[in-house]
Amino acid sequence: MASPNDLQFQEFEEAAELLSADPGASTLSMSSSKNTTTTAAATAGGGGEDVKLDLSDDEEGQEESSELLGGQKATGGFWTFEYYQSFFNVDTMQVLDRVKGSMMPLPGRNFIKHHLRSNPDLYGPFWICVTLVFSVAISGNLSGFLTKMGTSTYHYRPQFHRVTIAAVVIFMYAWLVPIGLWGFLTWRQGAERQIGGYSFLETVCVYGYSLFIYIPTSVLWIIPYEWVRWTLIVVAMVISGSVLVLTFWPVVRDDTKVMAVATVATIVVLHTLLAIGCKMYFFQTAVHVPASDPTAQPIQFTTQPTEHH
Amino acid sequence: MAAAEEASRPFAGLSDVSISEDIPVEGDISVPLGSTRRDDEFSTLDEPVKETILRDLRAVGNKFVHVLYPKRSTALLRDWDLWGPLLLCVTLALLLQGGAADSDDQGGPQFAEVFVIVWFGSIIITLNSKLLGGTISFFQSLCVLGYCIMPLTAAMAVCRIVLVGGSGTVSFAVRLAVVTVSFGWSTFASTAFLADSQPPNRKALVVYPVFLFYFVIGWMILTFSPSQ
Repeated sequence: MASPNDLQFQEFEEAAELLSADPGASTLSMSSSKNTTTTAAATAGGGGEDVKLDLSDDEEGQEESSELLGGQKATGGFWTFEYYQSFFNVDTMQVLDRVKGSMMPLPGRNFIKHHLRSNPDLYGPFWICVTLVFSVAISGNLSGFLTKMGTSTYHYRPQFHRVTIAAVVIFMYAWLVPIGLWGFLTWRQGAERQIGGYSFLETVCVYGYSLFIYIPTSVLWIIPYEWVRWTLIVVAMVISGSVLVLTFWPVVRDDTKVMAVATVATIVVLHTLLAIGCKMYFFQTAVHVPASDPTAQPIQFTTQPTEHH
Repeated sequence: MAAAEEASRPFAGLSDVSISEDIPVEGDISVPLGSTRRDDEFSTLDEPVKETILRDLRAVGNKFVHVLYPKRSTALLRDWDLWGPLLLCVTLALLLQGGAADSDDQGGPQFAEVFVIVWFGSIIITLNSKLLGGTISFFQSLCVLGYCIMPLTAAMAVCRIVLVGGSGTVSFAVRLAVVTVSFGWSTFASTAFLADSQPPNRKALVVYPVFLFYFVIGWMILTFSPSQ
C-alpha cells in the first residue's frame, strides 16, 4: 500500500520545518531513552536518516508503542487490547515488502530504517518463526524418509516430537537473542552517550524477518547431497547475516573498535550456530553408497557432521 | 389498568410522590411458570431431555452441512457453538492414535498434542485475526475454524480404512490425494466464512495462518503410519 508511506513523506516536510523553527521542542523519543539526545540528533542534522527517524515521532495516530518495555507512550496500557493491536498495524503489501527486504540486503539500506520505517510489527516475526518451526521439522522428517527409503529395515516414523524441539529452539533464539542484544546495546548506548539505538520491538522485528531466508533453505535441505546443503547454509547465512550486520553496524560503529567488532561477531556467530544446529539435528547426514562399489564406506546414519578440515 | 395509572403518576412530579401511600406495590412482573404455552426461548426447563439434546444435535448437524457446501452464509457465525469442534477434535485425536507409537519418541502426535495443536492453533489464529482488525468475535472464529476441520477428519477416517488394505505406494498415493483434497476444502470453507470480516488489505495476512494450520493437520494425517 502506498498511502501510509506517502503520508509519512508528506509530514516529513512539516515536521522538518517545525523542528528547524524550534530546535528545543521536545519530540517523542522513539528509541532512545533520553529525549535530549534525540532532539540533538535532529538539530545536529546527522543526515536525512536522523531527521526521518524523529519526524515519525511527530505523527499522530501512528502507534507510539515502540518502547515496549517503557510503555508510557503506548496507546493504552499493556492490559488493553489496543496496545497489542498497535503491533499488528501492517498491510499485506508492507509485510511482503519487508520479507523481500530481508532477502535482498543492499549495502546502503538499513533494514530498520528503510523497511520498518518506525512501524515495527509482531506479525512477521511470529508467523515466520512458526512457519520455520514446521518447515524445519517436516523437511527433516522428509529428508530422513527419502534417505532411508531403500533400506529394508526402515519403518517410517513421523517423529512428531521434533516439532516441539524445533519450536523451543527457534522461539528462544528469536526472542532471547534480541532481548540480550537490545539490553546490551542500550547499556552501551547509555554508557557511551550514543545516539540512534533501536527499540526492543525493532530488534525483535529485524531478527524475525531475517529468519525468513531459512524457510526455503530448510525445504531445499531435503536434497540429499551434502555439498548442496552446505552451499545452501553458506548462502542463507550470508544473506541473513548481512541483513543483521547492516542493521546493527551503524549503531555499534561509534563504540570502541573492540566492542563494535565483538558485537557484530557475536551476532553472526549466534546466527550461524542456529543454522548449523538446525541442519545437524534435523537433517541426518548420510553417505550414499552405490551398491556395486565394494570398497566404499558403509552407509552411516549420523546426526553429527563428519569431520571437516 | 388501575395499577398502570397509579404507576404512571410518578412521572408527573417526582418530588410530590411519597413512597408509602401513592405507589401501589402491586403488579404483574412474574413470568408465568408452568403455563401451557411452549415458549422455548424463555423456559426450556420442562421439555424432555431428548428434545434438548436433539436441538443441539440438529444445530451441530446443520453447521456440518454448511461446511460441506460452503457458501458465504452467516449461519455458522450467528449461532456459534463449540460442540462440533470438540467432537471433531476428539474424533481426530482418537483416530490418530494406534499409530507407530511403540516408542513414544519417534511416533506420531499424542492425543494431548493433537488437542493442543487444534485448540491453541485456533486460539492463536483467532487472536491474530482480531489483532489485525477483524470484526469477527472470538468464539465465532473458534467455531468456524473448528467446524472446518470436518473434511480433514473425514479424510483421516478414509485414510485409516485405506491403510487396512495395505500401506504400499498405491495406498500412499490415494491417501495423498484424499488429504490434499480435504485440506483444500477446509481452507476454502474457512476462508469463505471468515473472509468478509477482515479488512480488505489484510486478507492474505489472515488467510495464511489458516492455511498453515490446516496444512499441519493434513501433514499429521498423511504421516500416520500404522503400527506393525
